[in-house]
Amino acid sequence: MTDTVIDVRGLTKRFGDRTVVDQFDLKVPRGAIYGFLGPNGSGKTTTIRMVCGLLKPESGEGEVLGFDVLKESLKIKERVGYMTQKFSLYEDLSIRENLEFISRLYGLDRRAERVDQALADLGLSERQAQLAGKLSGGWKQRLALAACMIHEPELLLLDEPTAGVDPKARRDFWDAIRRYSAQGVTTLVSTHYMDEAVQCDSIAYIAYGKKLIDSPTAEIPKQIGLYGWSIAGRPLMRAQEMLEASPGVDLVARFGAEIHACGKDPAALERAVGAVKAAEPHVDITPIEAGFEEIFIYLMSGAMDNFQ
Amino acid sequence: MTTAPHSLSKLIDLSWARVFAVFLKELVQMRRDRPTFAIMIMMPVMQLVLFGYAINTDPRHMPAVVEMREDGPLTRSFLASLAQSTYVDVIAITPRAEDGEAMIRSGQATFLISIPEGFERRLVRGERPQILIAADASDPVAAGGAIAAIQQVAAQAFAPEFQGSLSFLAPLPAPYEIVVHRRYNPAGVTAFNIVPALLGVILTMTMVMITSIALTRETERGTMENLLATPVRPLEVMIGKTTPYVFVGAVQVAIVLAVAMLLFRIPFTGSFLAFLIAVTLFILANLMLGYLISTVARTQMQAMQMTFFIFLPSILLSGFMFPFRAMPLWAQVIGEALPITHFLRIVRRSF
Repeated sequence: MTDTVIDVRGLTKRFGDRTVVDQFDLKVPRGAIYGFLGPNGSGKTTTIRMVCGLLKPESGEGEVLGFDVLKESLKIKERVGYMTQKFSLYEDLSIRENLEFISRLYGLDRRAERVDQALADLGLSERQAQLAGKLSGGWKQRLALAACMIHEPELLLLDEPTAGVDPKARRDFWDAIRRYSAQGVTTLVSTHYMDEAVQCDSIAYIAYGKKLIDSPTAEIPKQIGLYGWSIAGRPLMRAQEMLEASPGVDLVARFGAEIHACGKDPAALERAVGAVKAAEPHVDITPIEAGFEEIFIYLMSGAMDNFQ
Repeated sequence: MTTAPHSLSKLIDLSWARVFAVFLKELVQMRRDRPTFAIMIMMPVMQLVLFGYAINTDPRHMPAVVEMREDGPLTRSFLASLAQSTYVDVIAITPRAEDGEAMIRSGQATFLISIPEGFERRLVRGERPQILIAADASDPVAAGGAIAAIQQVAAQAFAPEFQGSLSFLAPLPAPYEIVVHRRYNPAGVTAFNIVPALLGVILTMTMVMITSIALTRETERGTMENLLATPVRPLEVMIGKTTPYVFVGAVQVAIVLAVAMLLFRIPFTGSFLAFLIAVTLFILANLMLGYLISTVARTQMQAMQMTFFIFLPSILLSGFMFPFRAMPLWAQVIGEALPITHFLRIVRRSF
């Protein structure tokens, strides 16, 4: 097997006359946790569905796990675990019945044993007869992960797996992902949470169907080159309004009791912040280094329109 | 005094603005749900057309075969009147008894009108010869009207002939006798017609409805996405999803058969093997029809409405409620496209 698990080039998908994904390239090495970021409606789900063979792209080509995405989607499906955004197991089947159903679909051997093991890993052995619909959000998500891992896939595609899940369950979930990663399972995960994004080895950022950034997570702040100022003091409402209206300020965000104003043009940003200081002398302004947090907000707000 | 209207208005604290808000929202939602909207518009149109044009409880143009053993002026006059009558359509004239029998047995003809040998001679002699009408009475409604009509036709046909030298035959009672044999349902019991046919209606209703939501439910609940991601093939899903309902259908068949035979004492006279094959095919056809709906419908609600779209003509145009032959040709064409129409023919001949 090759060491590149996902290698797709020029994937394009149109729904009617709307191009949802445009000329999308992605290379994901084996064992990597690849974060997939982008505002809502940017085409993340569509891309993931194309990668696992659920959706045929209009154009483009590529291989997933060495199989052609266009012609060998069945072989891909057998080796990929796909976790949907919405809980997609049967709420009117019990936990055990759901896992058994999935393992039958994959034609797995030692079914009872695998299901027992999955239930034990989940800590759901005692509640296996309970209906899946009765589970809380966090448990449903763990069950869904167990279901898409039961056939021991080499690649996990997770579409916003932690949406609506409490922080503790989210941390547990990511621990599980890292364990799988250490075993050589590759993960492509879309997320809206910054604390999850930083845990990824690499990040691909997509907006309006176009991939705008694709680099190792640690290099992203440097690559974007965002400058920042902190504005502290009280009241800040007018300062915030002024900053939001100023040219050269791409991002205004509250961080506790401070406002962080960021922009790509340091001179324009400094002029804007200076103007605020002049109008509101009680605030304190200090230059800061725009960290991942600022960049994440900047990316997720869709402010990347004019990037490139 | 002045507080009374105030407290009343508080009791029915109704804001027309909010009512209007809800009204507008419903309108918009209704407009978005195109298929449901289309069915709401189509349903009354369909019912009007079906009840207004297609359904005719006074059946006409029933296929009849005439077995003519004698060819004389009187019988020819009767035949001519029969041919003009809108109640029956003479589809064949044969001198051989076996041919007529075969046609009524195969269902090609609903009536067999036979004029015996020596009819005219015996008529003139005042021996009151018989005209035999054998009717397929498995559908009593269809047969009843036409039997009365044939008697009328005979009277009208012979009246102008009973003049001059034959005028002595004119006074009542008629110098001939019309004997009616109701075949397959001699007593004209409506239950014999309705109960076996109900099996078709029950199966259509349940089989189509159950499978119509088979896929829409998966799509609506989001489980379809997961199913698509597994290696399962579409045909596997289809077979796996519909097979359980073949058994449900079999249970329904057993119940209806038991009720028909034990409660209504309807004799099962046909070939049981042929019946089993037919009922299996019928169940499968309905399941596939329902499955087809489930691939088109977006929501379970739409699927239900589409089921009714099949169900309504299945009841009205299949010959279940109203005689099939009495419908205009276009309605018969639609009827022929429905599985239940064919099933009813089989099941009515089996009992």
